Amino acid sequence: MGLLASNRELTADNLVGVRGDRLLFEKLNFKCSNGTVLYLQGANGTGKTTLLRTICGLSKPHAGVIKWCGENINALAEDFHQHVLYIGHLPGIKEDLTALENLQFSLALSGSNVMEDKATAVLKMLGLAHGLNLPTRMLSQGQKRRVALARLWLQDLPLWILDEPFTALDTSATDLLKQKIEAFAHDGGIVVMTTHQEVTLHVPKFEQLRLDA
Amino acid sequence: MHKKLSTFSVLYKILERDIKVAWRRQSDVMAVFFFFIIAASLFPLGSGADPKLLNAMAPSVLWVTALLSCMLSLSRMYASDYADGTLEQMMLSNQPTVLIVLMKILAHWMLSGLPLVFVAPLIGLQFNLSGAQLQILALSLLMGTLALSLIGSIGATLTLGIRGTGVLIAILVLPLYIPVLVFGAGAVNAVSIGVSPNGALSLLGAVLAMALVFAPLASTAALKIALE
Repeated sequence: MGLLASNRELTADNLVGVRGDRLLFEKLNFKCSNGTVLYLQGANGTGKTTLLRTICGLSKPHAGVIKWCGENINALAEDFHQHVLYIGHLPGIKEDLTALENLQFSLALSGSNVMEDKATAVLKMLGLAHGLNLPTRMLSQGQKRRVALARLWLQDLPLWILDEPFTALDTSATDLLKQKIEAFAHDGGIVVMTTHQEVTLHVPKFEQLRLDA
Repeated sequence: MHKKLSTFSVLYKILERDIKVAWRRQSDVMAVFFFFIIAASLFPLGSGADPKLLNAMAPSVLWVTALLSCMLSLSRMYASDYADGTLEQMMLSNQPTVLIVLMKILAHWMLSGLPLVFVAPLIGLQFNLSGAQLQILALSLLMGTLALSLIGSIGATLTLGIRGTGVLIAILVLPLYIPVLVFGAGAVNAVSIGVSPNGALSLLGAVLAMALVFAPLASTAALKIALE
């Protein structure tokens, strides 16, 4: 895991988040270094998704800066994006394409060249062996979620931003994902995530941030 | 561990995927294509069999129907990628968004503009167009439809996430289509009256060049606002 060997750091400095004309959070500070899982908590509508989208650069913060290895992410743009793996509410899956085609396309978008047999193996491992050649519109909500999450096993990017990754997953998939997140953090990856499920993670550094406090 | 894909192959994959998705939903593409054929064929049926009249109205009729059929598919250009989150992933790609947008525009043109270039000369026969006129018609459509897709992309991105976008896109985009229409139909008209079409074609080329530079930039800016 070459990419994960070097020291990386994600910091937020006096972040202010606004949605419409409502203040969601202010004076938010955090620092994540290698091996950290930052767990965002808060009731619905407290700005968790807004914060995640701000961290990956989709929305600009109302005030304050987010830095990746000391540099403002909005200035880094594509140079920052090539380190980030973001999986949001929307799965980013085309219903007319098969699971494999969807996976290959999302990998290609971030520049990874993954062999077809490797991608197939991961999809099978995630229990999608029967749906490999079906258009994803035939798959269930949880299966679509698995297709979207399959990227986690195939790319080595040092920062994961996961918005409710456990939603719609059954217990076996939840376990697989938990193990993957733990292994990733042990290898030095950084994860920022939200979830409403009760999940205990055994990782080097586990930090919690409450947004409605 | 993994080889990185080059910019070119990532962009090619985007183009390939858009065409693949459209191929699995052929009805959308076919609808635009047949709209053009049917709408353009109605005019000779409705206006009687005067060859001179038909020949005189052919450039404007064919160009206006091409313009309308291009516009029909604009609202779909980004809508499904926006709805299922693919657009977010595209913004987070390690490739510049401007180039990704350009690929989406190119895919739109290949699916909705390019087919018209091939079928228009056949329709033109119904209007009693001469060989020289048909050639210039196809050439002007080849340049013009690409400009239509480029300019249309601005309207499509600006209206992203708004309900009932169809009419709004038309209001936004049709005024911007005027230069393309004027010079495109103008080139064919020039041949009809025995003047060189080069002037009109050059101006059409200038419109295309300008759209090629500014439309992807404007669309990218609009996308960033839509996704914020």
